[in-house]
This record gives sequence, structure tokens and C-alpha cells, in this order.
Amino acid sequence: MKAITAEELYKTYDKGKVKALDGLNLDVEEGTVLGVLGPNGAGKTTTVRVLATLLVPDAGRAIVSGIDVIKNPQEVRKIIGLSGQYAAVDETLTGWDNLIMFGRLYHLSAKAAKSRAIELLGQFSLTDAAKRPIRTYSGGMRRRLDLAASLIVKPKVLFLDEPTTGLDPRGRQDMWGVINELVKGGVTLLLTTQYLEEADQLADEIAVIDHGKVIARGTSDSLKKQVGGERLEIVVENQHMAATKEIVARVSSSALNVDEALRQISAPVTTGSKALIEAAKLLDEMGIHPLDIGLKRPSLDDVFLSLTGHVAEEKKDEDLALASKKRGR
Amino acid sequence: MHAILDALIITKRQLLQLARVPELILFSIIQPIMFVLLFRYVFGGSIDTGQPGGYVQLLMPGIFVQTVAFTLAGTAVGLTADMQKGLIARFRSLPISRSAVVFGRTLGDGALNIVVLTAMGLTGFIVGWRPSSGLLNITLGFVFLLVFGFAMSWVGVLIGLSVREERVATNATFIAVFPLTFLSNAFAPTTGMPKPLQYIAEWNPVSTMVAGCRQLFGLENQFGATAGSFPSENPLTMSIFYMIVIMAIFIPLSVRKYNRAVNK
Repeated sequence: MKAITAEELYKTYDKGKVKALDGLNLDVEEGTVLGVLGPNGAGKTTTVRVLATLLVPDAGRAIVSGIDVIKNPQEVRKIIGLSGQYAAVDETLTGWDNLIMFGRLYHLSAKAAKSRAIELLGQFSLTDAAKRPIRTYSGGMRRRLDLAASLIVKPKVLFLDEPTTGLDPRGRQDMWGVINELVKGGVTLLLTTQYLEEADQLADEIAVIDHGKVIARGTSDSLKKQVGGERLEIVVENQHMAATKEIVARVSSSALNVDEALRQISAPVTTGSKALIEAAKLLDEMGIHPLDIGLKRPSLDDVFLSLTGHVAEEKKDEDLALASKKRGR
Repeated sequence: MHAILDALIITKRQLLQLARVPELILFSIIQPIMFVLLFRYVFGGSIDTGQPGGYVQLLMPGIFVQTVAFTLAGTAVGLTADMQKGLIARFRSLPISRSAVVFGRTLGDGALNIVVLTAMGLTGFIVGWRPSSGLLNITLGFVFLLVFGFAMSWVGVLIGLSVREERVATNATFIAVFPLTFLSNAFAPTTGMPKPLQYIAEWNPVSTMVAGCRQLFGLENQFGATAGSFPSENPLTMSIFYMIVIMAIFIPLSVRKYNRAVNK
């Protein structure tokens, strides 16, 4: 049974000048997690907005849990949860106030709203911060509260639009933990992200989108295979370059990539950390201390490069500054 | 029934904001109070009104109307902020009535007006304002003001949901309302204006509101409304007509706008 189906969705902005969705097709099996991966401006947010009833597409059909999103938005709203790219809670109010307000707006009784708020605050480790205004929360706490607000009525389908964008590494880890717990509970989840690592961590399947349509779909393993998997990268001092080349050649069956200027030798590996340990052992035996050694996972750029032949490009001017900041991390 | 309850939850949110950040109330009443004192003592001495009780009797209705007209600004800025932060998107994803959020907001701003008008009325009383028309008419005068504020608030909804930035909302509403309140009989007689402006001032809803309030607060002198024209002869009728027209236009437009609103 499909929890989400989108067929041939089209949406243009600015009187047809910007094509946000260009014949997008998507479906998500009930109880699974789909990661929608793509750069800024690829159409991720527009997709979520259409599915979450906020935006009517120019053409196409969207069904959530058997209900037509365009014909019957109010029914869809009863069974979905949405947590957006920007934490959409009232910052002036406390975490408690927010959860009560949203609970009441979901038409819970005052008593039910209270007990649900207590439950959610506990679940998201926010009990101690409950009576503090949101503006005193850290980025991670804010996101957790936002997520809690979207779970008030235990939605059948949950949409998370870039749930960790703007969070520090620790906040991201916490958020991943929280989302993984939710998924165990059986909710159908569609999440958008710019990070392959995130989709890898959370999603059963990944849909890569570019220019408003899906350009690849599969498990993270199958996508990585397509992209070329992990690479071993070693940086050594000049006098050890030759010996290191030999070592890398022994752990990888593919062609080496040597950057003399960076004194970096790299090669694709199929055995992951095993290859890394082996290389490190061999280097140690030879008495070579690498300046840097590690496994590089394919990035969003690698995925795009191999799928489309071009790097992930930004399309919306207003997102540019923000995006370059994100990339910088 | 749900529609009303949903709207009241949104109104309650706004009142809760005031309770959590009391400075918000303080700043909403400081400016109007300052205006009452400034106009009373700066212009009061030099404008001869021939009115028993002096300029302050005429000033208070004028400044009440100006203040409630500016409700529009608060509504607009509040909604633009909600939109920017993504709160409107969250509200729109909820199974609530299609007009709850905007109705709740205008009711909330109306409720704040009760506090503001009370503070101004008390300040006015301290500096010599003495409405002489009896409790019923005075109450009617305030109801009249609140309804006008409510109507103007709907103009603010449309502006607030149409602009992208809070600062734009602030400037746009200021530019819209400021000339409207001064191109009127609120603070000075319109008879001194150039003819075309006199004409505009006479038909200006702010002028008919001010004249209507003066009538309800028991003043004979219409202060500036040139005699004989329809709006100056029938300020209450004209004001009610204006309020109905504003609401009939802006409520449907605003609700429609809300249901299509997405932040960038």
C-alpha cells in the first residue's frame, strides 16, 4: 500500500519563468522512509508543500494515505505532520504554550492537549525547558520542539523539510536519533535533505531530484554503487609518495589518483574501513606516518556529478548566500 | 462552531504573547499616551476652538481615531513576521477553519485596542477631557472606535500577507495611514486647507469617524468639517458605510490571500 503518490506534478513560479516542479513522480510505501535528496532550488520544498496541502500544483495528482491532496486538503491535514525548514513555532511563547496551542488547534480537549504535551516534552528531552520561551532555546531544541508539534495527533504521514539544516554536528546527531526512534514507531516519513549522509542514515530509499524531477531512485547502497562508493585518501610527505602508492595499490583494485601538489594519493575501495585499517597497518610497518588518512564518502556533489554530469547547482538567487554558507561546513 | 473556537485559540495566543512579554503592552500604549500629552500641551495653547473645555475636547476623538486606524500596522507587521518564520505555513497545514488564523489575529488586535483606548481615555481625563454625553453614548463611541479598528485591521491582513519583510510592512502601513490621519479634521480645521485637499479631507473616512465620535462624545463643534456637505452633515451614517465597505472588500480578499500564502 502506498502512503504517498505524486504523479506528473508541475509547478511554475514568477509567471512561468521558474519551473519548480517539472513532471515530478514519487511514491512512498507505507511505513517506510523516503529521503528526497537535492541541492537548493531543485524542487524539494515545493514537493513537500504540494504534498502537505500548502501549494496547489499547476498540473498533476497527489494522493496521501488514499486521499486526494488537491480535492480534499482538509482531510489530508488531519493525518499529516509537517515540520518545515525554518522552525515554525511561536518564539515569544514557551514550549509548553506552543504545544498546548497546537494541540487545541488539532481539536484535542484541554485535558488531552495537556497530557499529550507532557508526553511529547518527555519524549524529546524538553521537560526542563518547557516553561522557557522558545527564543532562549538552542537550534537543536527548537527543531525538536517543532518536530514535537507536528506529532501531536500521531500523524500517519510525516513530512520533514531539511530537518537538520543549520544545526551544529551535535544537534544533527541528536535529531537523527530522535527521527530514527520515530521511524521505529511505524510512521511513513518523507524527508528532504541536502546531505547524502543524512539520507543514508535515515532513509530506506533515496530519490535524487534535480530541476523539478526525480533523476534517480534507489537504496543508498545502490546509489553509492552508481556513484562509486568510498575512496581511500592518504596525504604523506614527499619522500614517502612512491612507497605509499604501492600500498594503496595493494588495498584497491582500481586506478590510483595521485595529486603531487597536495601529496595526496586516493583510490576507490570496496571494503570500506577494512581497507583503511589495512593501509594504515602497512604504512606503520614501513615506518611512514601519514599527514592525513581517511575514507571519503561520496558527497551530494559526487552523486550529482555521476548522475547528471554536472555539479549540484543553485537556482534561486535568494538561496545562494544561505547555501554557500551551508556548503562551507 | 470549530471555526470560532479555532479563531479564539489564535486570539488567545496573541494575548498570551502579551502576558509573556509585558513590554509589548507597554510600548503599545506609550506612543498614544505621548501623543495625547504632546498635542494637548503643544498645540492646545495656540489653537482657539471656541469650545468650552478647550482643545482637548476636540483632540481626544481625533487621536482615538488616529490610534485605532494604526491597528492596521500592528496586524500587518505581526502577520509578516509569522509568515517569515514559517508559522503561517504550519497553521495552514493544520485541519483548522480556513479563516481562523486571520480572524483570530484581527480579534486579538481588537482586544489590544481596548487596553490602548482605556489608557488613552484615562490620560485624556487627567489632562481635562470631559465627554458630556452620558454613559450610553460614550460607550457607543468606544464601540464605534473598536469596530473601526477591526475594519482597518483587515486592510493590515492583506498588506501583511502580501509583503515579504517586516520592515516593508512597517513602512507600507505607515505611508498608507499617516497621510490619511492628517489629511482630516482630526487635529486642525480643514477650512484652512487648499480647496482640493479640503474636499478629500471631508470625504476621508478618518474625518467622518472623528466627526462621528465628537458627536457621540457630546460636542457641537464639528471642528473643520465644512458645513453643508453630506459627509459633514451625516458623519455617523457615512462612517458606518465606510466600515461596511472596508470589511466587505478586505475580509474576503484577506481570507483568500491567507489560503494561498507561502513563505519563500
